[in-house]
Amino acid sequence: MVIKRVLSTLFVALWSIFVLMPLLWALTTSFKSPDAVENGATYIPFLEFQPVLTGWESIFGGGGATTNLIPPLVNSMVITFGAAVISLVLGAISSYGLSRYVFKAGFIKNQDIVFFFVSQRIMPPIVLSFPFFLMLLTFGLLDSQAGLILVSIAGLMPIVVWLMVDFFNGIPKELDEMAMLEGFNPFQVFGRVILPLAAPGLTVAGMFAVIFGWNDFFFPLILTFGKVATLPVAIVSLNATITPYWTLSAAAIFAILPLIIFAFAMERFLSKGSLSGAVR
Amino acid sequence: MNKLYGRLFLMPGLITLIAIIIFPLLFTIALTFSNWSVANAGFNWVGGRNWGALFENQRFWDAMLRLFPLSFLPVLIQFVLGFAAALIAWKGIAARRFFRVLWLIPMMTTPVVMSVVWKSIFNETVGPVNDILIKLGMEPVAWLSSTDSAMFAIVLAEVWQWTPFMFLLLLAGLLSLPKEPFMAAAIDGAGPVRTFFKVTLPMMAPVAIGAIIIRLIEASKIFDTVYAMSNGGPGSSTETPTYYIYLTGLRNFDLANGATMSITYLVIFIALLTVIAQVLGRLSKPKGI
Repeated sequence: MVIKRVLSTLFVALWSIFVLMPLLWALTTSFKSPDAVENGATYIPFLEFQPVLTGWESIFGGGGATTNLIPPLVNSMVITFGAAVISLVLGAISSYGLSRYVFKAGFIKNQDIVFFFVSQRIMPPIVLSFPFFLMLLTFGLLDSQAGLILVSIAGLMPIVVWLMVDFFNGIPKELDEMAMLEGFNPFQVFGRVILPLAAPGLTVAGMFAVIFGWNDFFFPLILTFGKVATLPVAIVSLNATITPYWTLSAAAIFAILPLIIFAFAMERFLSKGSLSGAVR
Repeated sequence: MNKLYGRLFLMPGLITLIAIIIFPLLFTIALTFSNWSVANAGFNWVGGRNWGALFENQRFWDAMLRLFPLSFLPVLIQFVLGFAAALIAWKGIAARRFFRVLWLIPMMTTPVVMSVVWKSIFNETVGPVNDILIKLGMEPVAWLSSTDSAMFAIVLAEVWQWTPFMFLLLLAGLLSLPKEPFMAAAIDGAGPVRTFFKVTLPMMAPVAIGAIIIRLIEASKIFDTVYAMSNGGPGSSTETPTYYIYLTGLRNFDLANGATMSITYLVIFIALLTVIAQVLGRLSKPKGI
């Protein structure tokens, strides 16, 4: 038992350090002055270097820098939120249908349709990138928020259906039947009875849609050209030009902070083990 | 009547998904029989020419093989570490809730942005990795300018980024296990190692396989890390399929060849995934019961 305790404590310590290390490195670097970066690695603020705000000022156009990350932040928020909401609405309605009604067309049954939805996550984005590019070009949606929202749905809806079918299955069907006897039509049953009960499931599904939407890089990279660049794209283009590390680090922290705050606000939903049914 | 309502619920989502995935997929398949490029914009039928060229394109097959070290290997490491972390956060330590949240943080960070951070960490002259190596009296390494060390850096970044997702799925699985088998094992006097191999692991098999498959699917799309850290270099030695197809189709606008490679990649990938799923399923079946 002693060995077990020592080993697990060691694992906890090393793993926690590994998890925090890159984030702490980016955080400290973002407050370094040019000297503190260029003369070799330094780690401890106030002891090894004096924290300055050069990096943080330069990502908002300060100090003569041309970079301003506020427009990309707005783009990221609009696109992520738009795509997540549309995927959640369409995905939840379809999931409810799949959970409550029997579909049959030849050999295709409910579980095959669920698999079809979920399996779209297997599709590598690169396969769809050429038609998406030509499609958005044709409709004049290249480099627009609407175009990016549209293609993001392809990646997010499968996640929503994956989580929501199980969740609806967990809500007793008798509730629907009782509501029907009260004279509700199926849409009212869904909207007034089941949807409020599904709020925890919708929260988890929405959270995953937001995480995957916010962190997506491939489609924004190929389908935008500066006008509606999202935060990841804006930061990678900083990386390509000769941007000093203090600016780059401040930009990186700035890009991941909204989601970490969001995640901590949602923590209690995550720790409930809401995913347990989804993997089986 | 009932049937109609069912369809009204199902169809909006289903039609949207078919419109934005299946039609584009068919278009990509059609592209493979054309010579659409910068010089020849538009659809001209050229038959199987692109498919013939595919088999002589060594750079593409090299990129495909690189899925083993850059996608499958990280998933394996993520599984081992994620399982260890999940077991400990399940009931091994005090302050479990704190560590559960702490260990999930990497999942919330944007992969491509963290790749930029990793690139600065592996910087030859001002990065902390070489600094520590020098302080320990070892030779500094030119991390991202030689193949092996660049691969190592990419694998490390992938492990950091995605172990939390594995951890989350496995922890959810552990939390939903029934308690009785563990009590029975304790009464029979089984130690922690025996309990793990005889009770925990068999009961976790379905969840574990699910988690591995999900991660394999996502990991084989690997692009962000390579794009931001090594640009496929040095030379083309860390290119992955998605990255090479991106260069061909969307940088050089050779859409026809890009499409041919992407369909090949899709088919091989689905075949491979099916085999892996079958093998894992076989392995996890309890023997001799």
